[in-house]
Amino acid sequence: MAQISFSVNGKKQIVDTDPATPLLWILRDHLNLVGTKFGCGVASCGACTIHLDGKAMRACVLPLSAIADKEVTTIEGLSEDGSHPVQQAWVDVDVAQCGYCQAGQIMSATALLKQYPNPTDAQIERGMSGNICRCGTYLRIKEAIKRASENMK
Amino acid sequence: MHIIKTEINRRSFIKSTALAGGGMMLGFNWMAAGIPAGNTTVNVPDEWFEFNGFLKISPSGQITIQSPNPEIGQNIKTSMPMIVADELDADWTRVIVEQAPLNTEIFKRQLAGGSQSIRQGWQSLRMAGATAREMLKSAAAEKWNVPVTEITTQNSMVFHQKSNQSADYGTLASIAAQQEVPTEISLKTPSSFHIIGTSKANVDGRKIVTGQPLFGLDYQKEGMLIAMIAHPPAFGLKLKSVDDQEARKMPGITDIFIFDTYIPGTSKSAFDNTSFNQQVAIVGRSTWEVLQAKQALLLEWAPQDEIIEKRTLFDRTIEVITPSGLENTSQHQQWMDETAQKECKVVRKDGDPDTVFSNAAFILERSYEAPFLPHNTLEPMNFFAHVTDEKSELAGPIQTPEIMEKSLSERLGMPLEKIDIQMTRMGGGFGRRLYGHFLVEAAVISQKVKAPVKLIYTREDDMTSGIYRPMYRATYRAAFDSSKNLTGFHVKAGGVPESPLSANRFPAGAIDHYLAEEWSVPSNISVGAWRAPRSNFIAGVEQSFLDEVAEYMGVDPIEFRLELLEKAKRAPVGKDNDYDPDRYAGVLKLVREKADWTKPTDKETGRGVAAYFCHNSYVAQIVELKMNDEMPVVTKVTAAVDCGIVINKTGAINMTEGAIVDGIGHSLFGRQTFSDGSPEHSNFNTYRLIRHREAPKEIQVHFVESSLDPTGLGEPPYPPVIGALANAMYNATGKRHYNQPFLNQPS
Ligand code: FES
Ligand code: FES
Repeated sequence: MAQISFSVNGKKQIVDTDPATPLLWILRDHLNLVGTKFGCGVASCGACTIHLDGKAMRACVLPLSAIADKEVTTIEGLSEDGSHPVQQAWVDVDVAQCGYCQAGQIMSATALLKQYPNPTDAQIERGMSGNICRCGTYLRIKEAIKRASENMK
Repeated sequence: MHIIKTEINRRSFIKSTALAGGGMMLGFNWMAAGIPAGNTTVNVPDEWFEFNGFLKISPSGQITIQSPNPEIGQNIKTSMPMIVADELDADWTRVIVEQAPLNTEIFKRQLAGGSQSIRQGWQSLRMAGATAREMLKSAAAEKWNVPVTEITTQNSMVFHQKSNQSADYGTLASIAAQQEVPTEISLKTPSSFHIIGTSKANVDGRKIVTGQPLFGLDYQKEGMLIAMIAHPPAFGLKLKSVDDQEARKMPGITDIFIFDTYIPGTSKSAFDNTSFNQQVAIVGRSTWEVLQAKQALLLEWAPQDEIIEKRTLFDRTIEVITPSGLENTSQHQQWMDETAQKECKVVRKDGDPDTVFSNAAFILERSYEAPFLPHNTLEPMNFFAHVTDEKSELAGPIQTPEIMEKSLSERLGMPLEKIDIQMTRMGGGFGRRLYGHFLVEAAVISQKVKAPVKLIYTREDDMTSGIYRPMYRATYRAAFDSSKNLTGFHVKAGGVPESPLSANRFPAGAIDHYLAEEWSVPSNISVGAWRAPRSNFIAGVEQSFLDEVAEYMGVDPIEFRLELLEKAKRAPVGKDNDYDPDRYAGVLKLVREKADWTKPTDKETGRGVAAYFCHNSYVAQIVELKMNDEMPVVTKVTAAVDCGIVINKTGAINMTEGAIVDGIGHSLFGRQTFSDGSPEHSNFNTYRLIRHREAPKEIQVHFVESSLDPTGLGEPPYPPVIGALANAMYNATGKRHYNQPFLNQPS
């Protein structure tokens, strides 16, 4: 057990539990932020993607001990009402099928757009290949990223 | 205009009720519509008069449909309100679908599978919408004291032009509830639809992108514990002993125990299929703690004896034998080799194939194989249950709530009316969530620990606990005369443990001498429906074989198919051909035109075509690709789809694109293999699913203009793309691919 403090979506949190606990379960079980999804637990599907100090990370393999004093952003922190340009683009392009992967896709896409504000197809394909969409919505994801890039200009 | 009756023999399919707080409610049945006016002699099953769908109009003008069908990503929550809004002349933005809580007293048949939801709902939803509109019109006529024939409706408003009066549906709903239900109503003709056929974005779109708790795994209840299961590591093993000394002492753990999902010997439905009946439950306060304790268990396993049990499938009872032993993939292949050599069951025979094959100038013979496939829904299996002595409350992702409610009643010894199953949004289905053993497991665990629990499968549990797509093999033979005319056709198909054959599908009916045979090999690897069952294999391989037949004959593969279809239309061979040759040819012609098939491609591009009919819809596809070493880079897929009337264009395109990506992915990479009964792939680090960079660069979807009733789209676009891909890879490389997955692992 250890007390670790960090911030989630701008709010300070102190959690007292096993420091090996992955951030994914801290978010879901301790902080009731369930937008971040569980898909594999081994950093292979991207469903749990969050931002740690602005960088996209897989929360399922990120131990609590590694986030002390850091800033975590989850899908809930992007915007409350879906007005963030990436979320908006996702709605406009009507990307989702079952929707389960999409929070992770959006978090990866947001980080990608920070790195490449005008991403090429190849940059999108490379940057987004850590996120599985079992329903196969990849083409719309690509379109939504381009739309978001336009809207962010 | 299409007239339908809302009553037969004085019994009504529609019932109107005034709502307590004002407004109207119409009860209807999802199965009932579609009896043409004037036909009073048809026999209608009693169940059709039970109401299982509801349309409510509140005084505020909010229109709510209660649907008994769950959402598994097929977009029905968006397309169903579109159907109602159209016939009702409603303001589309004020129609919502509520997932109705399961209550078997009112709701019948809740099953999301087989692309059936829209098919069943289509006429019923239209009937309900049109009836409500007529009743609103007569309410206005009564209120304004004008003839009902002078009343018009638009966008949730009722108008009387002459007296310049108008009213919102909401303000009329309470009076409308008092009107007689019309005995006959007219539905719109497709040309006057104004919402059906347009594109409406997913109604849950914003909730999804903001991370709202929509899914089963997100379900929370006060005092809820987390449960996980440990199951045998191999098919053919069962639990022998558990040493939980260490695990029990770990923080946050409240209970560890052995349980039986079903009581051995009790009657089960086919949807109660489970590979491992006896498992260990680990229960505690948080997921991570439970996971740690699960890993600390010391478990011993013993060989499982053969199991013989009866299972009911709707009204049939089948005997299922699960053999003992630890199976290997190489052994499966050997069994298939041996069984395929033996005499087997003739399913269809037209003409005299034996003579034709023995007199043939040339016989083309090819065999195809495909492996077991896990469903891998991205949201792993999970369920919430709270079972007390008084009642059972469950919630989670399930495609067969009504069937599972019966299983639960049997298992818990609790009457049906004390069991409530709520459906959450599902993170993918693909057939996996038809089999609800995980729901029963959650209930049994909750009953034992006397607390609300959420059962969570890890990805490893999910991928190694069975219910796979079966392993398949098919051998095709084509006989030719000396002028290379196709004279006979023979398919012999089977699988472990089921055959994929659909003997009455094309090219049956188009060839004078035709033989279809099937076989199967028993196995203890559990299997179940997987997106487009059977078709997901047989379509692709049949279409690959037809490509080779056309090549041998020196004819264009599309022309070749069109000629066969022409023959099936003009002089069909045999009976029970289960496809419409015109619609089949229609999608082939459309895809040929849209993909510029007659224009040659550039040198590096390979191109392949395939078409298939399954789940009541017709789909043809052309795949274009370039090779990057062994890896095909799919540059474009063109699809032509005939699924009758398209309700929601954007949803239909999304679904078709997804199925194409899925088909390409699984045929390139997907496979589950076994070593001594143990599944060899248990997570996405060794099981390869298609990723963004491997998806087609472009997909174009075209729909055949149609005024026929809509048919499903969740499944039909999946099967043919595998054939189109294989044919395109051959076209690019000169090498045929007979065994799936086409690429030999890993990423
Ligand atoms: S759950 Fe973290 S990458 Fe899959
Ligand atoms: S939308 Fe279902 S997994 Fe991506």
